[in-house]
Amino acid sequence: MIQSLIDWLDKLGPRFYIAFIKDDVWRLYLQGLLTTIELTVVALIAGTILGVVVAVIRTSHAQQRPGRRRSIFLGILNAICKIYTTVIRGTPMMVQILIWNFVIFSSSRNKFMIGVVALGINSGAYVAEIVRGGLMSVDIGQSEAGRSLGLGYLDTMRYIVIPQAFKNILPSLGNELITLFKDTSLVNTFGLADLTYRASRIAGNNFDYMPPYIGIAIMYLTIVIVLTWLQGKLERRLRESDRR
Amino acid sequence: MIDVKNLSKSFGSNRVLDNISEHVYPGEKVVIIGPSGSGKSTFLRCLNLLETPTMGTITFNGQKITDPKADIDKIRQQMGMVFQHFNLFPNMTIRKNITLAPVRTKLMGQAEADDTATALLRRVGLEEKADSYPAQLSGGQKQRIAIVRALAMKPKVMLFDEPTSALDPEMVGEVLQVMKELADEGMTMVVVTHEMGFAREVGTRVLFMDGGHILEQNEPHAFFANPKEARTREFLSKVL
Repeated sequence: MIQSLIDWLDKLGPRFYIAFIKDDVWRLYLQGLLTTIELTVVALIAGTILGVVVAVIRTSHAQQRPGRRRSIFLGILNAICKIYTTVIRGTPMMVQILIWNFVIFSSSRNKFMIGVVALGINSGAYVAEIVRGGLMSVDIGQSEAGRSLGLGYLDTMRYIVIPQAFKNILPSLGNELITLFKDTSLVNTFGLADLTYRASRIAGNNFDYMPPYIGIAIMYLTIVIVLTWLQGKLERRLRESDRR
Repeated sequence: MIDVKNLSKSFGSNRVLDNISEHVYPGEKVVIIGPSGSGKSTFLRCLNLLETPTMGTITFNGQKITDPKADIDKIRQQMGMVFQHFNLFPNMTIRKNITLAPVRTKLMGQAEADDTATALLRRVGLEEKADSYPAQLSGGQKQRIAIVRALAMKPKVMLFDEPTSALDPEMVGEVLQVMKELADEGMTMVVVTHEMGFAREVGTRVLFMDGGHILEQNEPHAFFANPKEARTREFLSKVL
């Protein structure tokens, strides 16, 4: 029992050596990690833009002045946005990725683009709901004060409501970023060479699964810890105006 | 200046204002009093369309503001409003709170707006707070800033919605003082308040509202000396 543990520990060094250092394998992990980060950043930007647009459409639809004729155009946009968030939030990420790759873009070779589309559109739906909640969390008196000063709807949103909403939703947005970052690992299923894909290839080649997978788990974890720390710093800075 | 004709407002099946007609003349200080739920705040909020009337028309300086085609932002620029809960923008410094609207509506350039802000702040004795955030101020200070913020737009009329109701008692005086000075300068004011002293001293006309109607109105001394309606007497006996 104890002997086998000692044997196992004894082989640990060489196993990790083969999985990470021999023949410069670490370069492959680095490339994979870069792809993962690139994918996260581009999908994050796409998702945020999409999410904010959807949230603004949905709140401005809900806040139309009663008594006035309701805009049909806004009504159609609102319906599209509602279907979008329902479908995306109601189906598994994995299934969405499979559909994007094997159904919608089945003839495309650009795996990175497919990854961005799948992840961006997915995270957009979640960001939209977070932002919508944030916009609604700002006291109605704030926009009333803005409008009573003669500011238009868009100026009131831009200078008064959105900055306050942003502060309120920062924790949820941070969580969404972390989720998105981890969800990128799903793209390895259609052969986009991200960090998980590299690890599974190396593990398969060496017939040794433990070191690569534990290794990338530590890499993902490290980055998430850094992101959490950065998020906390940003929150403290934004809270400056609350100080007495 | 402000002409209200047959104004009604319902929230669902609850009729808050019932066929009110009233006129505010330039330079008047109209004080609206009444029990809670009488519709006085709703009436005030209808004047700058923060509430959309269910029926009736409101005309401001010859412009029909209840017309769906009216440019409500332009009209609101000429009507200052002060809220019970101040509604300062917590994400901006005091200076930015004051200059945002004049600059964004192209009433002034940033430099001119900054000068205006400084002058107005000096007037209410809060010049040194220009770079503070609202959270660092007391309630009375916040409300004085809120008045100044509305004044920066050079409005033709000021609407006050219970400006002292959310204040600690010792801070009520400083806010009323600013309002009094404003009144002395000839500003047209419509004030919803529970401050009977202010109504008596500053008001040129007192309206008593109850159940969505203007039950009684008079020049303040006569109003407080011999109220005609039984309901008014009952109300006054409780608050005075």
